[in-house]
Amino acid sequence: MSVFNQPRKRVIQLIILGMVTLIISRLFFLQIVEKKYAKLADANAVLRKVVYPSRGIIYDRQNRSILGNDVLYDLVVTPASVKNIDTAYLCNILKIDKEEFKKRIINAIVKNGRVRQSVFAPLLAPEVFGQLQESMYLFSPGFELVPRQIRSYPYSAAANILGYIAEISPAMLKDTANYSSYNSGDYLGFTGLEKTYESVLMGQRGIQYLVKDNLNRPQGAYENGEFDSAAVAGKNLRLSLDIELQQLGEQMMKGKSGSIVAIDPQTGGILAMVSGPSFDPNLLTGSNRSANFSKLYTDTTKPLFNRAIQATYPPGSTFKPMIALVGLDEGVITPSFGYPCRGAYYGCSRPIKCEHHDPGHAANLRLALSHSCNAYFSHVYRLSVDAAKFGGIKEGGMQKWADYMNTFGFGHKIGVDIPSEGRGLVPDKKYYDARYKGSWNSCTSVFLGIGQGELLLTPLQMANAMCIVANRGSYYIPHFVASIDNDDTHLLDKYKKKHEGAHISDSAYSAVIHGMTDVVESGTGRIAQIEGITIGGKTGTAENYGIINGVRTKLKNHALFVAFAPAENPRIAIAVVVENSGFGATYAAPIASLMMEKYLKDSISTKRQPLLKKVMETVTLDQSLLAKSHLDSLNNNAIMLKKKS
Amino acid sequence: MNRSQAKLTQGIDWPIVGLYLALVIIGIMSIFAAEYRGDDNVWYDIIHPNKNYSRQLVWFGVSLVLAAVIWLTDSKFFTATANLMYAGGLLLLLLVLGIGKDVKGSHSWLVIGGFQFQPAELTKLCTNLALAKYISSQETDFTKLRSRLIAAAIALIPAGIIILQDETGLALVYFSFFLVMYREGLPGVLLVIAFSGIVLVLSALLVDRTVLFSIFTVVTALVIYFSRREIKRKRSRLAIILGVYAFCGLFVMFVVPFVFTKVLKDYQVRRIEVMLGKENDPKATYNTRQSMIAIGSGGFWGKGYLKGTQTRYDFVPEQSTDFIFCTIGEDFGFLGSIVFLAIYVALLFRIIFVAERQRSTFTRVYAYGVAGIIFFHLAINVAMTIGLAPVIGIPLPLVSYGGSSLMTFTMLIFILLRLDADRQMVLR
Repeated sequence: MSVFNQPRKRVIQLIILGMVTLIISRLFFLQIVEKKYAKLADANAVLRKVVYPSRGIIYDRQNRSILGNDVLYDLVVTPASVKNIDTAYLCNILKIDKEEFKKRIINAIVKNGRVRQSVFAPLLAPEVFGQLQESMYLFSPGFELVPRQIRSYPYSAAANILGYIAEISPAMLKDTANYSSYNSGDYLGFTGLEKTYESVLMGQRGIQYLVKDNLNRPQGAYENGEFDSAAVAGKNLRLSLDIELQQLGEQMMKGKSGSIVAIDPQTGGILAMVSGPSFDPNLLTGSNRSANFSKLYTDTTKPLFNRAIQATYPPGSTFKPMIALVGLDEGVITPSFGYPCRGAYYGCSRPIKCEHHDPGHAANLRLALSHSCNAYFSHVYRLSVDAAKFGGIKEGGMQKWADYMNTFGFGHKIGVDIPSEGRGLVPDKKYYDARYKGSWNSCTSVFLGIGQGELLLTPLQMANAMCIVANRGSYYIPHFVASIDNDDTHLLDKYKKKHEGAHISDSAYSAVIHGMTDVVESGTGRIAQIEGITIGGKTGTAENYGIINGVRTKLKNHALFVAFAPAENPRIAIAVVVENSGFGATYAAPIASLMMEKYLKDSISTKRQPLLKKVMETVTLDQSLLAKSHLDSLNNNAIMLKKKS
Repeated sequence: MNRSQAKLTQGIDWPIVGLYLALVIIGIMSIFAAEYRGDDNVWYDIIHPNKNYSRQLVWFGVSLVLAAVIWLTDSKFFTATANLMYAGGLLLLLLVLGIGKDVKGSHSWLVIGGFQFQPAELTKLCTNLALAKYISSQETDFTKLRSRLIAAAIALIPAGIIILQDETGLALVYFSFFLVMYREGLPGVLLVIAFSGIVLVLSALLVDRTVLFSIFTVVTALVIYFSRREIKRKRSRLAIILGVYAFCGLFVMFVVPFVFTKVLKDYQVRRIEVMLGKENDPKATYNTRQSMIAIGSGGFWGKGYLKGTQTRYDFVPEQSTDFIFCTIGEDFGFLGSIVFLAIYVALLFRIIFVAERQRSTFTRVYAYGVAGIIFFHLAINVAMTIGLAPVIGIPLPLVSYGGSSLMTFTMLIFILLRLDADRQMVLR
């Protein structure tokens, strides 16, 4: 038997007893000496009122609040506590009949049970609320009025960016791992910034204890509010978005399907993100939310689909600057490299047509870019992937090229701070091996050289690529939120980090940037010129196909334009896509140019007002889709309602 | 038949088994009380484990199977594989650092086929085994400083990794191993130093730094004045006194502020400040305040099982896990809480009794380890719910909802029972 150190056993036992005695004396104080706690828990003596925090506000880059909070009231019911009330009177105020009353009580029991609160009548109209409030003591404690905050949007813009808030669903309530801090009836963000930044916007609810009289009417704070927990308001978000620029973009995209993404290349902050056609965010707030939602959801123009981050397009000729950068960096061409194009590329079995025939239009990189020579870039693409130093296309050339594309931010989610971003597609060696079972070469993928073929990009990726060119290699992950008031989270850390794209030499960027300024100065994008500002840009007209009645059919071309300005010290990078419209120079370049003018010069010159008017009046959406769409009437309704209130 | 049955349970310590079962059953009943709503269909929920209490029942079943397996294992297995398990445990912890999943702000969970699992729970067991193995080995002379440092390292390395996983609360539990080391001969003066250390930290936080520094200076001056005769006889005394003075001064002026601004996370600082009554942040006080209202409203007799109003309406957060003691305090009152605490004390004392009757040092160290771990969890968890300690997310052993925790404590206790049944053998 071990007798070593026996007395220490006693010391340990004493430590245990000492701690337990301390706990018990504290319990004695809490449970027996102090009477306040018992009273606090007693629903008959003290009224416990949940205080809802106000949700954080979202401001644009000029500190204009682009959404606000309105308060409406819900009538909530606790079925187990509904006893001896004047049902007929309540029905009269709510303008429902007895059948409906019973149905709603049963629904409440099915949804949340007898002892928990459920919403009986959501978001009451002001006059109903007034009537109810006066006679509320007749219906308590079974019924209660609970304030709810709903959003309002003074600028009627940026719906897809901001997202919407709605009541938490029963399924979410059961998911205790993610939604344990919510109660039934709570509102939370479902999409957009409201969802991504839910944790900072929501705030924390508080509890107020009020002494009440025999009629359940609150009479004042209990123990001078010693036990109250104040509600903590949600934190405000400050965006890089310019709401007026956003509005202009949405007006210009009216009647068109497509998108605009404008980014400040120096910070990665998104200045505007338009998905056309757009809808008024006021449609998804208040009591008509679910009805409007289903109308928008089924609308033929798909306004809920955020094309700027979810839709993917072949970039067409707007991709040529990237092809040039890869060629220059790999050393397969120099800025003075020329190609004798005679109107088509004949390197592969099927000729690829070019818009220009005169010899010398692709005598060097600058000329080839400004004339958008198809033959030149088909040739450069093949030189890049077939380069001997990577052992040919199948050994490493194709993969190396795909790696370049990844560093440009293509083929994967970039990480913008709103949900549901698309990836796009960058075909690599694996892709072609699987698709052509190993028998393929650089002619199989030659269309990548002119931004066609399998390649697909989101408008956000195109705009980010312009940031990379404008910054000569570096970029910040595009994002909306520039700062959070009193931020103690790490949500924004990843947006403050500078990323270096492919380590491509400065001279390569200079050559490409010169080519792109020529595009606007003297090339295909002359319509984009703004007085006094040097713009680097590139037009694109992308062929695309759709499945109509089960047959792959060629559709009208997408118009594209990418740009950045001013070229010397870029403050805006932009990508514009107008689906199924026609030439990039005709449909996309004017939109991009007007956006840049508005941002850089704060207004659009009178000289260009006719152009603005023409752009706004242009309708490119298919007439058959428009005929069945209710979007315009919905948006008009929302504006009417706002004017009324 | 009878004989084989007698053999099967021979040597089992029934008091511990009884207390274990009592706590687990109280736990499941409390989780039920925390979740049950008037019109739930209980049988449906038990058959489809979609509520915490029904899931806890499943975990209890799994734990019993584990207990049976452990009971049928040879005692020598645990001594033989102790170091291996410790290494495995550390590997798991490192693995979590790499591929772990964030659950409620802590990066300490592994997800295997839909189940979440917290290795930090399991490593308590591994560490306890490894420590017992080290202290009981013949080469270890626990009176030597070297051995003590190694033992402390065995206990604190897992804690270090767990802090990296942002689970400071779980890491704190590893300090309970100092109780074992104290039993095995760590000088008693360390207990005094540890206690004074806690007092020092608290006063550094509560009292203004310059005031505290002046108090130290005055106290030191007085000590030197009153022991001037001894100092004359032995010069080294003065050095010791001045050394302690310098240490306390540095600690208060530099170390504590440094730890609070650089090492601890903002929310941890806030919780500690709230506990000390220094800051009244509604976000941090909410949990403790609701928990105290629930417990305080229980009164002497309690409101009766399933009658607690605070518990019913979801006012207390984390009701089934960290704040399970609220349910007991509210439903069963002061009397029930005392009975509940008495069950724990009985379990702890019985484990200490069992520890002292061992021939093998291995089992004795292991048993004290089990007692220490349970005691630390109990003390910190309950103190947190009644506002005596900051909100640290550690469970109440055997009672709180959670599979990793219940299984770990079951294994801790049943390995002890297995080792105790073989107390005639000398295990190393």
